Amino acid sequence: MSRTSKTVFCCLAAVVLIALIPLFALKGAEFGGSDDAGSVMIEEIQGGVYEPWFTPVLETMIDGELPGEVESLIFCLQTGIGVGVIAFFLGRFVERKKLGKMEE
Amino acid sequence: MSRKQKALIMLALAAAMTFGVMPSASAMHIMEGYLPPTACVLWGVLCLPFLAAGFLSIRNRLNDNKRALPLLAVSGAFIFVISSLKIPSVTGSCSHMTGTGLGAILFGPFAVSVLGVIVLLFQAVLLAHGGLTTLGANIFSMAIAGPFVSYGIYLLCRKFRVNRKVGVFLAASVGDLFTYCVTSLQLAAAYPSEQGGIAASAIKFLGVFAPTQVPLAVIEGLLTVVIVIALESYAKPELKCVGYYKEEAKRS
Repeated sequence: MSRTSKTVFCCLAAVVLIALIPLFALKGAEFGGSDDAGSVMIEEIQGGVYEPWFTPVLETMIDGELPGEVESLIFCLQTGIGVGVIAFFLGRFVERKKLGKMEE
Repeated sequence: MSRKQKALIMLALAAAMTFGVMPSASAMHIMEGYLPPTACVLWGVLCLPFLAAGFLSIRNRLNDNKRALPLLAVSGAFIFVISSLKIPSVTGSCSHMTGTGLGAILFGPFAVSVLGVIVLLFQAVLLAHGGLTTLGANIFSMAIAGPFVSYGIYLLCRKFRVNRKVGVFLAASVGDLFTYCVTSLQLAAAYPSEQGGIAASAIKFLGVFAPTQVPLAVIEGLLTVVIVIALESYAKPELKCVGYYKEEAKRS
């Protein structure tokens, strides 16, 4: 394994570890509510319940919060678009190098 | 990975673990309707010059050389991917990263602000994550303040001839952390505490955001290094185009 691929491998391993360790270290933790925590803090500082003065357009349109499954669908869509674009261009770069058509 | 890098990661891990006992809390973008209208307008207006400069910088870059386009697309897509990944953190809640470091390093901070807006709009409209009224504030923290810090740190590292990968790592992770510091300040400015005012409230919000975000910042740094390595090995001509190698050229 070359030095570069070792670096890449170590980086990716570290990423997976950092992401997974909390899951096992903090058994039973909620790992929830991104938005909720912020609003809880605001209520704590303000004292009392805070009513947001504007509801998201989408939530007004569908009369309620986005269902969890649909939300994960859209998050996947976002990831998918990104990965697709990166993979497309990196694939082209890799093949180009392989074919020895590097200009300059 | 150099010994320095390893030491850095270990330090960050240790710091992250010590924060592991903090109560669970996290935050990402400021939620819809959570900033007073005046603040929304103010942040929005503040972003305009940056966005205009970013738009022009991208246009000039592409007019100069069409070959920058694939890299621009990859930088934008990188933000898309990275900011869609919600990762469990040591505080027992999830948060996600910004991914703006790569673009800032390759194209400078102005161009990234435009790329960041695309992602923030996507999330605000489709996911009710962030929001249209708070868009200005979120653009400022994620697509302007963060990238500027990333870019500054990257330039500093280049100047002092720090190993390039270490520079990329630092730029991406500190930029990510800084984004959340700015978010805390924005929230603090909107919700000063009764005792101590903005400063006290800023410390409170920082206490909520920072511990969650530290390990994620490390992850973001590592991922940015990985993609930079990939680009270095396969996209040299494009990197030359965007001036990635210009310091070396000047020196030799």
